[in-house]
Amino acid sequence: MTDHVAGAAPASERLPLRVRLALYEIDAVTLLVVPAVLFVVALFVYPFVYGFVLSFQPKAGAWFANYARFFSDPFLYDTIGATFRLAIPATLISVVISVPVAMRVRRMRHRRVLTTVLVIPITLGTVLIAEGLLTYLGPQGWFNRTLVLFGFEKVRLIHNYTGVMLSLILSGFPFTFLLTLSYITGIDPSLEQAASTLGATARARFWHILMPLLAQGLAINLCLSFVQTFSVFPSAVLLGAPAGATRVISIAAYQAAYEQYDSSMASAIAMIMGFCQLLVVLLILTARKFVYRGAAGSGKG
Amino acid sequence: MTIAARDFRELRLEGISRRFGNVNALRDVNLAVRRGEFIALLGPSGCGKSTALNCLAGLLTLTSGGIWLDSARIDRLKPEERGFGMVFQNYALFPHMSVRRNVGFGLTMRGVAKAEIERKVGEALSIVRLGEQGDKLPGQLSGGQQQRVAIARAIVIEPPLVLMDEPLSNLDAKLRLEMRAEIRRIHELIGSATIYVTHDQEEALSLADRIVVMRDGVVRQVGTPLELYAQPAYSDVAEFMGYRNLIRSSLSAAGSISIGGGAIQGTPIRPLSGGADVVVAVRPDDLRAASDGPLAITVESAQYHGRDFYCSGRTADATELYFVSAHQVQKGETVRLAADPTRVLIYPGTPS
Amino acid sequence: MGSDKTIGERLWAFAIWALVIFFVLNVVALVAAVVVNSFGTRWFNAWLPAGFTTRWYASAWQEFQLNDVLIVTFEVVGAVVLLSGLLGVPAAYALARRNFPGKQLVLLLFLLPMMIPPITFGIPLATVLYQLHLGGALSGVILANLVPTVPFVVLVMIPFIEQIDPRIEAAARVFGAGTGALFLRILIPLLAPGILAALLLVLVRTIAMFELTFFTAGPGSQTLVVALYYAVYAAGVRAGQSIDAMAVVYMTTTLVWLLVALRFVDPTQIVTRAKREAAH
Repeated sequence: MTDHVAGAAPASERLPLRVRLALYEIDAVTLLVVPAVLFVVALFVYPFVYGFVLSFQPKAGAWFANYARFFSDPFLYDTIGATFRLAIPATLISVVISVPVAMRVRRMRHRRVLTTVLVIPITLGTVLIAEGLLTYLGPQGWFNRTLVLFGFEKVRLIHNYTGVMLSLILSGFPFTFLLTLSYITGIDPSLEQAASTLGATARARFWHILMPLLAQGLAINLCLSFVQTFSVFPSAVLLGAPAGATRVISIAAYQAAYEQYDSSMASAIAMIMGFCQLLVVLLILTARKFVYRGAAGSGKG
Repeated sequence: MTIAARDFRELRLEGISRRFGNVNALRDVNLAVRRGEFIALLGPSGCGKSTALNCLAGLLTLTSGGIWLDSARIDRLKPEERGFGMVFQNYALFPHMSVRRNVGFGLTMRGVAKAEIERKVGEALSIVRLGEQGDKLPGQLSGGQQQRVAIARAIVIEPPLVLMDEPLSNLDAKLRLEMRAEIRRIHELIGSATIYVTHDQEEALSLADRIVVMRDGVVRQVGTPLELYAQPAYSDVAEFMGYRNLIRSSLSAAGSISIGGGAIQGTPIRPLSGGADVVVAVRPDDLRAASDGPLAITVESAQYHGRDFYCSGRTADATELYFVSAHQVQKGETVRLAADPTRVLIYPGTPS
Repeated sequence: MGSDKTIGERLWAFAIWALVIFFVLNVVALVAAVVVNSFGTRWFNAWLPAGFTTRWYASAWQEFQLNDVLIVTFEVVGAVVLLSGLLGVPAAYALARRNFPGKQLVLLLFLLPMMIPPITFGIPLATVLYQLHLGGALSGVILANLVPTVPFVVLVMIPFIEQIDPRIEAAARVFGAGTGALFLRILIPLLAPGILAALLLVLVRTIAMFELTFFTAGPGSQTLVVALYYAVYAAGVRAGQSIDAMAVVYMTTTLVWLLVALRFVDPTQIVTRAKREAAH
């Protein structure tokens, strides 16, 4: 420790630089963080800023021309609506269903088997799931055959909105489930025990004890899940109708970059995309504060 | 005071058992508790005391046996239907609710009117002396304060029975002593029956009307603190109650026990014949230094405890004895010990 | 908690389990559909293909140049794993052991690439890489994939390092260990399981990482998942069975490494480690 040095130095002398830095916990060890920081700044922060600036340097027109073009061309701005129409239900379904399932599973003894199986869709990734669904949900696939077997009509599940929605839920639910599970198992079980000795039924325990304590975790779950589904890309192209109902904003960005070679426009679209995601995240987090305080706050000002 | 425990005559545990896989955590436990009694379940870890408490609360089901409150059988009821108050070892206060809402939770669950809840909560908080902390969150309170909130929460619902699971074990020594007195005071004030789980014999002795000593899932002895202190029924109970010296020996025809070349007299707990193998139990403070004492030992260690010296030594035949000395003794010194026969308990020993 | 369940509770439990089983069944079915098709001669208008063969694998190997693609994939994944370890572990050590001004900012900096999805920053990143003439090349792909994995390693390793009592390091120094000996004899052995876990997770994630590679790869630097995408995209031209054969090769690769990773980590860490940190 360098304390004794600091104490012994007379007020008129300056401490050597190394010692002064050490007081702020900056030394050789701290500098180990620098390469990684430089890397992230160079390859994440800089491209972001670069893209932001680039979006205001369109190929033709005023500095806002890209954004103006985006919001005046239905072919472009409709993508926002199409993406929301996919992302919001997919997120809500994945997160809402994860709660009762996690509640059930948390006391399972062989939980690890289930979590392993559920990790498989995540590991396989969206491209493979899209390819698999093309076969499995196709008009000749097993799913429709089973429906026919039970006397139902065949359903059109691929190259449309439904297919993409299903693939989003298939790849999204494992994420939300595992996250919710980790939050639920983090709640002290003696809290529920205490509540039950005080007369709370299972339902009362859920709404009065568990949900308020889960509120923050669920909000984060919603944010992360939404952000992920909003960036849907390969499944929208392979499994959906990329020229129609599932023309999502990432497709517009891709086309601008790789088909029209307009990187300025592509950056603008990427910025718009990021902005939409940020907006929804802020909305969720503010809403949570409002709801949470309501649940916990009667009696407080 | 309008907070008073609900009346009942008797709580009966009949033959209750609880098994976990192959392990018998509780075996055929019987107990009757009357209104107003303070019962301590005492024993080392794994003896089944917490299991018994959880079965009483309904947090665990019985594998056999039954629990009756007067004439109503309650062991089939869920915890939320039993109406007992419970204080947990880690307090289990709801972190997202203020003290007031925590304490009032049981009343809210019962659909009591808001005004009534406020009144009762205020009373409960003043009983535990936490009147001004009502709007704080549990995270803002100290350990002792949190424990008081947990107690208030349990008593405000005016239960016939209050269950306490080692409530003081997370507090520091000084606080523990204070809270002990508080718990007894509150118990007497509201007049409920209290069942208190602890592994600390001092706590049990100072708080309980009756103590239930348990080991390996069975009840070894039930008695008042005085009975258990002076007359533990078995050598393992004696060991738990502080009889630190447990010596294997045999009873001579004349009724004396030979230890390390000397002979002392004792009191058999049950009639024993001469020549029987015995276990002799003596408290360290009952083995006193006496210049003409029958036992000779060589001192091995001496720890100053402020008033006396707590020492250990060995007899000629290498039996280790713990004793107390008012004066300082040196390592290697030879000391003679004597004991009052009424304080030396003799138990049947198993042949080694 | 204590006693028998009511009918309502039993029905609810049954419904939840039915939902879970339905979900798992569908996942298994879609994987099975791909596998079965890849071994089928012709599959049209029936529950199963008319016959079974392995020729699609040979043809897929040729058509999609799987040999080269696999080599590229392992080169990319290997480089990403190595570099993210080299950059991430020391950074994690610094963050775990030192509380310097600006630490919160640095932590936020590492959190952002994990929370913002690859597409949003992928396009600007690709633009920059192309400007630097790294676009389309193997090095560009590696750099792009490192962006989410370096922070991942950092955030996963910090709790591991915090778990090691700093007094152990102090004791080592008191007994004469220099920095090199400290790392080699004390830290690396203690951290080995954590580092292994983190790197295996990086491996699994990078094999499946689509968007970043898609935007930065050229014809000679596509990983397996991107090649699969292009194959499915141009599906009209190629036989569905050979595409599925390629898909099976991809699946086997990811699942083999998943199984290896699962020997050392809990499945939930593939997901939640990173998101847990996002929660704090």
